Amino acid sequence: MPERVMFTMGDIACAEGALSAGCRYLGGYPITPATEIAEWMSIRMPQVGGAYVQYEDEIAAITSVIGASWTGVKSMTATSGPGVSLMLEAIGLAVMTETPLVIVNIMRGGPSTGQPTRGQQGDIMQAKWGSHGDYQIIALTPASVQEMFDQTVQAFNLSEKYRTPVFVLADETVGHMRERLVIPDEKDLKLEYRKTPTVDPKDYLPFKADDDLVPPMALFGSKYQFYATGLTHDERGYPSDKENVQIELVTRLQNKILHNADKIIDVERIELDDAKIGVIAYGTPSRSAKKAIKDARNEGIKAGLLRLKTVWPFPEKQVAQLASEVDHIIVAEQNLGQVYHMVKAVAAPTPVHLMAKPAGMPQLPHEILTKLRDVNSM
Amino acid sequence: MTESTPVLRHPMSKYIREDRQPFIYCSGCSIGIVTGMLARAIDNLGIDINKTVIVSGIGCTGRTSGYFKTGTYHTTHGRAIAFAEGVKIANPELEVIVVSGDGDISAIGGNHLIHACRRNIDMTVICINNMNYGMTGGQFGPTTEHERYSQTSPRPYGNLEHPFNLVKLAASSGATFVARWTAVQARRATKSIEKAIEKEGFSFVEIIGACPTAYGRMNRLGDGVTMHKHLLEVAEIQNGLPPHEAELDYATKIICGEFVNIEKPEYTAVLAEMQRKAKGE
Amino acid sequence: MSRYEVRIGGFGGQGVVTMAVVAGETASLYDKKFVVQTQSYGPEARGGASKSEIVISDEEIDFPKVQAPDVFVVLSRAAYLEYVNGLKDDGILIIDEDLVKIESDIPKTMKVYKIPATRIADKEVGSKQATNVVMLGAFAVITKVLSIEGLKARIEEKWPRFVKSNMLALELGMKAGEEALAKTA
Repeated sequence: MPERVMFTMGDIACAEGALSAGCRYLGGYPITPATEIAEWMSIRMPQVGGAYVQYEDEIAAITSVIGASWTGVKSMTATSGPGVSLMLEAIGLAVMTETPLVIVNIMRGGPSTGQPTRGQQGDIMQAKWGSHGDYQIIALTPASVQEMFDQTVQAFNLSEKYRTPVFVLADETVGHMRERLVIPDEKDLKLEYRKTPTVDPKDYLPFKADDDLVPPMALFGSKYQFYATGLTHDERGYPSDKENVQIELVTRLQNKILHNADKIIDVERIELDDAKIGVIAYGTPSRSAKKAIKDARNEGIKAGLLRLKTVWPFPEKQVAQLASEVDHIIVAEQNLGQVYHMVKAVAAPTPVHLMAKPAGMPQLPHEILTKLRDVNSM
Repeated sequence: MTESTPVLRHPMSKYIREDRQPFIYCSGCSIGIVTGMLARAIDNLGIDINKTVIVSGIGCTGRTSGYFKTGTYHTTHGRAIAFAEGVKIANPELEVIVVSGDGDISAIGGNHLIHACRRNIDMTVICINNMNYGMTGGQFGPTTEHERYSQTSPRPYGNLEHPFNLVKLAASSGATFVARWTAVQARRATKSIEKAIEKEGFSFVEIIGACPTAYGRMNRLGDGVTMHKHLLEVAEIQNGLPPHEAELDYATKIICGEFVNIEKPEYTAVLAEMQRKAKGE
Repeated sequence: MSRYEVRIGGFGGQGVVTMAVVAGETASLYDKKFVVQTQSYGPEARGGASKSEIVISDEEIDFPKVQAPDVFVVLSRAAYLEYVNGLKDDGILIIDEDLVKIESDIPKTMKVYKIPATRIADKEVGSKQATNVVMLGAFAVITKVLSIEGLKARIEEKWPRFVKSNMLALELGMKAGEEALAKTA
């Protein structure tokens, strides 16, 4: 399809991004503020030969997505925090069986039912630590309608490449606001597809990784036989309670993300070259911060912004570099401080100041400016 | 090196991962029998094993999928049906079969069962009902009869709760094919599994099995042979009986047969039609 | 044009969200401006006061929400009371004069334009549902932030089945806007 231009909502841009990435299955359950993704997909999926399936709960929704992915169809779910809480068990299963899929979380106020119609960024740590056991996850944080499209495409690419669930973590403001969206010509999109086995079926070891630590993935209906299980398994896929098998598996699952962190992580550095104060933000607060640093520079305060487009794996190198360049770091996020703790651990001894806002309206530009003035006078 | 001597192979071994033998099932357990029923049903139908997907949940029966030589998947507890729905909708060409236990399918997975029946996606669910959670040592579940003993309904109290009748549950939830047999009625049960696989709709086959190690021991029902003999004695075949009359009382009477075989638009067929219309074909 | 903030308020069913979306689509897709549209969600979007907002600019828009509107278009008393605060001292207030009265002291520098949008839609177009299109016509003439040809094209494209009544509504709204401008001048 040739290039298209729309003035549309972040949620819809996300859905279109998924379709452009080749997603043909969405297993979902309606939830504010992600419902528009379900509604849009219910119209669009049949047009492209795909399926929008509405399940009895989020547990069934994401589990069906794992099943769909094992047929080779790019698959996703879209939800909000309460839905992710129900999906955590299956996220662990997807990690353990190395299933490519995308989970969109349009973040709303929590805990519990919280404020369904008000945005927040309270699910950053949930995305990383929600399911039990040790594992790594990839999570992207778009800040505009165009990025909802672009980063959803990227989420599918990363999930296919590394055979892992990938989160799109957008705050409600980004999900619900409308902006111009340019959907590129499909021939200009670079899409990734999971690698499949090429060996003789009798020699196939379903969980034997290549040098990139990712094993080729056989699909249902192919000539390859395999057993995939949430139990700890060896290279054959067979359950094992041996200590070395457990250590090797969880270490590889971790390293296939961490060893490729440089290729996965995306940040934007704005006005940082001569900055004395670095603001770190993502999603809607990063747009407030962008305005605040501009105003601060007009007052002679040398401020800059490190905008995180990836929060997991955590951009440690990029934050460490920032910490070595500036005198102070301010973290502005729409929660009581989640990325803040990661920044603090990496940035020491550079002082890190938290601007927490656990509510629907993000930090306003002038509020961040006031903080910049305060920190500048320290 | 000595020359290898020819070994007599089981006729169904072509479908079974011999490198994973022996099964983890206890001696006297019914699950091995049902695994054999499924292999024979696939063989009798002559369907392509590579195009057959076998899915299980957690528990003793949950291990069944892993013994088959095809694409198989072992989900988290209770989620086998939800996983299978995604498989079938994403690729309707595949033959999708779920084999799991009563606890997996009707307790933690109960919501998925009833909604899959309602949705009518073409797949076959084989539920081996041994009336307790065997793998974890024999706790009561939603199919444990009232006042029966288990690790969590111990003597002298017994089970406070009342069991689901899974045939009634599946039938009233909208399944298009519903049957029940005991593990000893292997030939009839295999035939029903074949019909269930061939049925274009959601099929539910319950196989009443024995768990001598846990349930049998705690309720003093005898060893595996005794329990299976008992199943044969109390099984009463009533094909075509209205499903709400398909009673199940372990001590006295287990009504067996095929109770539902109805036609209803199947989900993936309706979806394919919707896709054709949406594309303007 | 540097950052220009628009707030539209009313009660559920008046089409305030649609009005903001059409204004945003026009500014973005036809006038090639940078635009962000946001709205209030939740219980207050049904029955009570609801609002929708747009930011229009020639430059990339950083903070997406309206903070100090340049113009406030208001179609209900509840929305007036709830959302009038924050309007710039030299801002523009466009009210449906049959539904909204200026009940508070407002700065002398603030310009007030009275448009009987609901009455025009009901009596002259024949459908109260056209109220938001009438108001869009008045808004475009008074603020000059939207191109008239863009607005027409967008409305035609969006509602191909109601082109005739919508064009009538738009023309009547523009006329009312011009009259209001003349009165204030």
